[in-house]
Amino acid sequence: MILELWQLTVHELSQLLLRKEVSATELLESVWGRIEEVEDQVKSYITLDPEGARAAAAESQRLLESGRPRSALEGIPCGLKDVLSTKGLRTTCGSKILSNYVPPYDATAVQALKEAGTVILGKTNMDEFAMGSSCENSGFFPTHNPWDLTRVPGGSSGGSASAVAAGEAMFTLGSDTGGSVRQPASLCGVVGMKPTYGAVSRYGLIAFASSLDQIGPLTRDVTDCAMVLDFIVKHDPMDSTSVEIKRGSYLEALRPADEAVKGLKIGVPKEYMGKGLEPGVEAQVKKALELLQELGAEVEECSLPHSSYALDAYYVIAPAEASSNLARYDGVRYGYRSKQYDDLIDMYRKTRAEGFGPEVKRRIMLGTYALSAGYYDAYYLKAQKVRTLIREDFDKVFAKFDVIAGPTSPTVAFKLGEKVDDPLAMYLSDIFTIPVNLAGLPGISVPCGFSEGLPVGLQFIGKAFDESTLLRVAYATEQACSLGNMAVLCARALAKGTKEGARG
Amino acid sequence: MEHTLSLEEVRHVARLARLVFKPEEEEMFRQQLSRILDHVQRLNELDTSRVQPTFHVVPLKNVMRRDETRPCLPRDEVLANAPDAQGGFFRVPKITEG
Repeated sequence: MILELWQLTVHELSQLLLRKEVSATELLESVWGRIEEVEDQVKSYITLDPEGARAAAAESQRLLESGRPRSALEGIPCGLKDVLSTKGLRTTCGSKILSNYVPPYDATAVQALKEAGTVILGKTNMDEFAMGSSCENSGFFPTHNPWDLTRVPGGSSGGSASAVAAGEAMFTLGSDTGGSVRQPASLCGVVGMKPTYGAVSRYGLIAFASSLDQIGPLTRDVTDCAMVLDFIVKHDPMDSTSVEIKRGSYLEALRPADEAVKGLKIGVPKEYMGKGLEPGVEAQVKKALELLQELGAEVEECSLPHSSYALDAYYVIAPAEASSNLARYDGVRYGYRSKQYDDLIDMYRKTRAEGFGPEVKRRIMLGTYALSAGYYDAYYLKAQKVRTLIREDFDKVFAKFDVIAGPTSPTVAFKLGEKVDDPLAMYLSDIFTIPVNLAGLPGISVPCGFSEGLPVGLQFIGKAFDESTLLRVAYATEQACSLGNMAVLCARALAKGTKEGARG
Repeated sequence: MEHTLSLEEVRHVARLARLVFKPEEEEMFRQQLSRILDHVQRLNELDTSRVQPTFHVVPLKNVMRRDETRPCLPRDEVLANAPDAQGGFFRVPKITEG
């Protein structure tokens, strides 16, 4: 079978580009053709930048031809979640309130990708201000899961996940506050990583909950994830929570499957394998863990006893931080301003009432309430104390185990519209990813199988700043499960869905 | 513990948050927020009397730099995003009396 360029991985394309077997312009046209073919159905992007991408690809091609590529990512087309500030390119954060905002500067992670020579295709769709688990809270339109167009891609980085799955980008960046990279990666059959809090600079990432937000890559495979991570993990003086770490190359840390997991102690929290987990998801997760065991990993049950309280703590802490961060949208310095108002306060209130969607308002209200006089101790302080208990659970398990494994999401991709009217049911979609943000740990979701024809993700959680071990075990999982070329499989499912859609 | 918000509380919080709702929205938020607050009451099942809060997962320290002038963003580019700007300033409704 001859593959299209957009069906290859970053590391494969990087070789072809460096060996001059493929040109950067040729690669861009292949991906652009794919976008034109499927974007109407999938709707991964809020903003596309054909001129910018063509200019960047031409520059990459010039440097490749003259034998002076800037990095191994030279000429690789990528998409960026619309929460990341891009100089001169509209950045909406999925919100009507920022529908005309053009940042005057680049986020540090974006600048790193530009300096590496990547070609930025556009800005991917997301739940408004990254608040949601289905991409249906986008202020513009919902994104569809390319594996089944009647289902959600997950969220909030839904467009970043669907673009990689459908071949509309070679890789993307997303952001993860409670699972927003890992959950859509799981639902779209791609690899998604949330690095340790502090590993990637948050400068230029539009803030949702500052003590939880992290930028992370979504990629076709684990090797690509390691490659991208190598460019975005670095200390940045512009983010005072950015941590200076000594590290080697993540890519070079990858090892053959058996070598990577022999003797590795994997803890499987019993709290992650019980109630609420779809049987199809449970079966695939168990099967993958058995394969790792056959490769020499020691897989044992462990316990994170406070897991069930993580969701409650999160839905106090994240909205509290959001209510404060989103106070800046007041119709003065940027974004939308209401057309009719009586005075300054009325202008603020109408601007925000007209500019924000319902989920954002819900969280601002929740956060404002939790921080208001008389409730601070009962809600916010209490939640931050429970957060300590959740962290201590992880510390205890990591005294005995190298990594933790379990499902990324309790279900496969659900139907569009299924949970929009029930905020609590939607929140439960992130039940296994949220504790990781509360503890600031790294987590990765890697495809491990299919249930009802839809991808299932296996999540690994690691010790702080131990991304290398996570990448190794995820790489071993990928080899052991050998699901085939996911881009090809997804394209087949999408072609079938498009045909059925046309008939229906 | 049943935690039901009143409409008056919803209006009060909306004022604090600089939001404003239509009557039907007030009722919707009252119901939804009450349900979520009920759910998070579960946190009270845990004894945290001897637990320190975690506000941040990494040890935070003050980050200092030299107090030197550095280039900042070009004023015109920044003001280009403002809904209303005039003469190099953001323009807002009148905020003082008289």
